[in-house]
Amino acid sequence: MKLAYPKNGKFGEFGGRFIPETLVPAVEELEEAYLKFKDDSDFTSELDYYLTHYAGRPTPLYFAKNLSKAVGGAKIYLKREDLLHGGAHKINNTLGQALLAKRMKKKRIIAETGAGQHGVATAMACAVLGLQSEVYMGYKDTQRQKLNVFRMKLLGTAVHPVKEGTQTLKDAINEAIRDWITNVKTTYYLLGSAVGPHPYPVMVRDFQSVIGKEILTQMKELEKKSPDSVVACVGGGSNAIGTFYPLIDEDTDMFGIEAGGKGIKTEHHSATLAVGSKGILHGMLTYLLQDKEGQISDTHSIAAGLDYPGVGPEHAYLKDAGRVKYDTVSDNDAVQGFLMLAKQEGIIPALESAHAVAYAMKMAKKMPKSKTIVITLSGRGDKDVEVVEKYLSENVKNKG
Amino acid sequence: MSRIKDKFQELKRKKQKALIAYLVAGYPNEKGTISAVRGLVKGGADIIELGLPFSDPLADGPVIQNASYLALRKGMNFEKFVSQVQRIRKETQIPLVLMTYSNLLYRHGYDKFVSMVKEAGIDGLILPDMALEESKDFVDAAHRNGIDTIFLISPNTSPQRIRKIADISSGFLYLVSVFGTTGMQQQFQRYTSDAIKNAKKVINGKIPLGVGFGVSNPDQARVILQNGADAIIVGSAFLRILEKTPHEKIEAKIMSFAKNLKKATISK
Repeated sequence: MKLAYPKNGKFGEFGGRFIPETLVPAVEELEEAYLKFKDDSDFTSELDYYLTHYAGRPTPLYFAKNLSKAVGGAKIYLKREDLLHGGAHKINNTLGQALLAKRMKKKRIIAETGAGQHGVATAMACAVLGLQSEVYMGYKDTQRQKLNVFRMKLLGTAVHPVKEGTQTLKDAINEAIRDWITNVKTTYYLLGSAVGPHPYPVMVRDFQSVIGKEILTQMKELEKKSPDSVVACVGGGSNAIGTFYPLIDEDTDMFGIEAGGKGIKTEHHSATLAVGSKGILHGMLTYLLQDKEGQISDTHSIAAGLDYPGVGPEHAYLKDAGRVKYDTVSDNDAVQGFLMLAKQEGIIPALESAHAVAYAMKMAKKMPKSKTIVITLSGRGDKDVEVVEKYLSENVKNKG
Repeated sequence: MSRIKDKFQELKRKKQKALIAYLVAGYPNEKGTISAVRGLVKGGADIIELGLPFSDPLADGPVIQNASYLALRKGMNFEKFVSQVQRIRKETQIPLVLMTYSNLLYRHGYDKFVSMVKEAGIDGLILPDMALEESKDFVDAAHRNGIDTIFLISPNTSPQRIRKIADISSGFLYLVSVFGTTGMQQQFQRYTSDAIKNAKKVINGKIPLGVGFGVSNPDQARVILQNGADAIIVGSAFLRILEKTPHEKIEAKIMSFAKNLKKATISK
């Protein structure tokens, strides 16, 4: 079931390369460079150096004793990607791609960002490696993630608010692709999730697979066996695929959690795998949230990083193959997970990761104490405290 | 056999090049599209491209993005598009090409979509995000239904790849004139003329070459045609006229702009 480097980027029927012709030479050049460097010892040792000394790897696998006890059931472990430099798993991928861009002699880097975490991680990698970067961000997201916009500016990145369409992540990707078409010779598009045309889904997964590899090693040290279950949130799905891929051949149940928003029976969610249908967007064939004619739907999540109408093609493949179970957690339950982890463990998770926390709490209850669950805590929640405060005050108002 | 092929042959006899005009179906509204089509036909356009708007038009610049967005907001959809084409077909036999994005075909099913638009009167299809490697199902469906597949090439497409793309194209081959999305350019650079000459050499008369993205006035049209193109494709410039023209003047304004462009395609 492991597809290390699928032919033509096809995970079964998913993935591929649906792109304007202008981008074909650029994507071919990228694929060639990636294949040349991915196992090159100079490249991997330079990446390892930055991951260790700059980003802070390996990240701890922390036994959440209080949370496990409060929930009452399986032992819950947290893979602490929130402790990485920048506060999220995104830096694993941006360092890898920025080093690749340097080897490709590209000096201008563009990226899209949803919550701002990928934008910040891009800005950091580019600053430390001496590259110029520009980030596209939906206008709506710039408003709800102001802190990250300012962080990117501090790091020397120009942030372009995107006012087209729904003004969120998908529109930021559209605009980044338009920039890439226009500046194709000089520019490297540093895509932040395991989405897009081949080879992005494979490459981003490979750079994020450090998460799952470390989980496996650490669990074998701590529990003498691979985890019984792992849980990760899924927007585009980069932290989840990085968690799942190295564990595919292990005896581990895997759960990918999408944003249930205000409920998957409403129109306000981002649960692509739960209720979506097959389609073509952003260069790939995958599950999408769309209407019966193929127009892409507006999505919603309290977590900007999950607010996306598509999903990485490898997730679509793993869903249909039955290897990973995909489920949803609502805005409200995610906020409860957020509060619970803060209170029990003194850890404020990103709202994206809080979806995985909430789901794992429900699961753990039904599992015996001898079993283990690893939650990939993809990011920290400092960026979200304002959003949560607002959510709580509005909910109290509604109830009152 | 094909209205598009016949049109290029007719123009060859007349020693003319083709003017291909692009409109977004449903922009500024359904009535406006019909008036604009009438203006194009009277103004001498040879082929009309109708855009079926998509929510995420990533190959398009601001003018077409905005027109697509407004058309969708006013309720344009596949059913309305088909009836609009049927209505146009009652008035004119001008070749009609449908330009849209792959997902709208994939969602309906390639065969179903292609047969429905063919029956309504569409002669060819352009999908800017359909790459050669992914195109088999689409091309098969188009062949089964006798509709032309117009693929795009770009100034950075290698000669070897141009040959492969030309092989699966029919009607004409669409050269994107610039590195960029659709929209108006101030001035073309040297690489555009090189790309036209290069493409003409590679396809060696097997299929007509249309050049679009950025062509917006008769002077630019002349430059493109002098370099060997068989057709100019103009889109955003027509939409810009529609942006600021009251309904009752649409037909006349579009006609006069089309006439000016058409003159550039007639050798003196």
